[in-house]
Amino acid sequence: MNAATQKTGKMKVRGASAREAQAGFSLTTPYFIFFGLFVAYPLIFSFVLVFHHWSIVGPLEWAGLNNFKELMGDGLFWRSILNTLYFIIIHVPLQVAVALVLASVLNSKIPARGFFRAAFFLPVVVSGVAVTVLWRQMFSTNLGIFNQVLQLVGLGPVPWITDVGWAMPSIAVMATWKNVGLYVVLFLAGLQSVPQQLYEAADMDGATSVQKFLYITVPAINPVVVMVLILSTLNGFSLFIEPYVLTGGGPMNSTLSGVLYVYRQAFQFFRMGYAATIGFALAAVVMTVILLQRRFAEREV
Amino acid sequence: MKRWTIGKVMLILLLTLASISFIYPFLWMMGGTVKPEAEVMNFSPFGSTFTLDSYKSMIEKIPIFRSLFNSLLVSVISTASVLLLCSMTGYALARLKFRGRNTIFNIILFTMVLPFQLTLIPLYVLMVKMGWVDSYMALILPYTMSPFAILLFRQYFMAVPQDLIDAARLDGLNEFGILFRIFWPLSKPALITVGIIHFMGIWNEALWPLIVIRQESMMPMPQMVTLFAVGGQAESQVGTQLAAAAIMTLPIIVTYLFLQRHFIASMATSGLKG
Repeated sequence: MNAATQKTGKMKVRGASAREAQAGFSLTTPYFIFFGLFVAYPLIFSFVLVFHHWSIVGPLEWAGLNNFKELMGDGLFWRSILNTLYFIIIHVPLQVAVALVLASVLNSKIPARGFFRAAFFLPVVVSGVAVTVLWRQMFSTNLGIFNQVLQLVGLGPVPWITDVGWAMPSIAVMATWKNVGLYVVLFLAGLQSVPQQLYEAADMDGATSVQKFLYITVPAINPVVVMVLILSTLNGFSLFIEPYVLTGGGPMNSTLSGVLYVYRQAFQFFRMGYAATIGFALAAVVMTVILLQRRFAEREV
Repeated sequence: MKRWTIGKVMLILLLTLASISFIYPFLWMMGGTVKPEAEVMNFSPFGSTFTLDSYKSMIEKIPIFRSLFNSLLVSVISTASVLLLCSMTGYALARLKFRGRNTIFNIILFTMVLPFQLTLIPLYVLMVKMGWVDSYMALILPYTMSPFAILLFRQYFMAVPQDLIDAARLDGLNEFGILFRIFWPLSKPALITVGIIHFMGIWNEALWPLIVIRQESMMPMPQMVTLFAVGGQAESQVGTQLAAAAIMTLPIIVTYLFLQRHFIASMATSGLKG
């Protein structure tokens, strides 16, 4: 290759890279607009809102740190955080346990695996609203089919969603039923990636199936477990439509979730500044819990 | 050998019981919509007679077809927009060198971990200021792009051989041409995954419409069904509530039955975003 062609070659590349940069800018313009309008603006405005009182009509009223002061002393806010954590503490381990059992069974050589997997996944694709409207009827204390079944064996009736003690666990069970199929699929993928030789070697050493599960399967799928924990915790913090439809946050605020409380302050009492402050605090709790989970999980790996 | 068989039978029994518990409630719901009102709460999904009274009374009480139309319109437009705009962004991030590329990438990663609780109220305020409350704008615009879709496209596009791009440039194709004529046909799995996840997400979204829509004629299905069930309009007629839920559920279940594999694979991918 002589010097002349090398030179034109370089010039071509430079011309092309200018064109490439141009294309890069124009192809990412929609994202810039989207980001500015629907992420950056709300993010910045949330910092403005938390220092103001505002009923959406009329001007913003400077509130200083009053929203935060009110938050600290607001029993309902703390109640909603505790309720959400309570939901997560029941829902997440239940979800992981049920998903892990179903996925392990599915992973053994069993006929009609595809059918079972599809059946478990069915509630995942259905809207949460439809599921909740349906379960509201099944939960009915006097007429619901759960209590009909219990009556057959001489138990009940259980006040599933009308009792302070029962309501949140009932919602957690329903949410598990709705989502568990997704986690079965995730665990199944994890289980199938465990090298078969490990099990064969363990068989030769005379390991029991419990030992194999504890010492081979669990460490191998640990990353999936961490992912499932984080995903279902995030899901737990967005709990809204289930209590909204089932209980309205009752009885006696026992199912008032964080997001439901934000919604209530904003759209029943029109207190945008305070609602934004609750959202702010809620986001801080979410971030903290997820970070703790990550750190804990990383140490485990 | 025999013990092994018994074990296997037990496992199949367990799986069968589990699948019944996942399927039966939907059968019960569908049955409940065509039973006489007095029998809706019976355990059996079959009633003494077949009747469409619940559907009739539901249609009289709420503009369900308008709502179905709203849901379809919003889901289709925003899904199309996500496929188009996010594949453009993903392509630029994966295959074009330009200043600021890493910054955009980091911004997208940052928005993925941003809890929605933080921006929910200010986003509503934006809708009010723009005059978008009670309009399709409010339902569609915040869902025209998704960081998850951009990252998925980016990852998928990085695997396409550079030779194809160079050859296409020599043929005089511009970047849009390369994206739509070369990358799109090669990326059907990514398009299907993003399409399914996003469509389902919008179709099932209830919180956002409850915030930005007040007018009945603008409500998408999840909001309509929610307000119908909790708002007392159904007058404790369980059959009509179930009928409304069924209308919302059936299109998804039917699609799911046909595209089951795609649904499961796609949503398992979406799980990986965490």
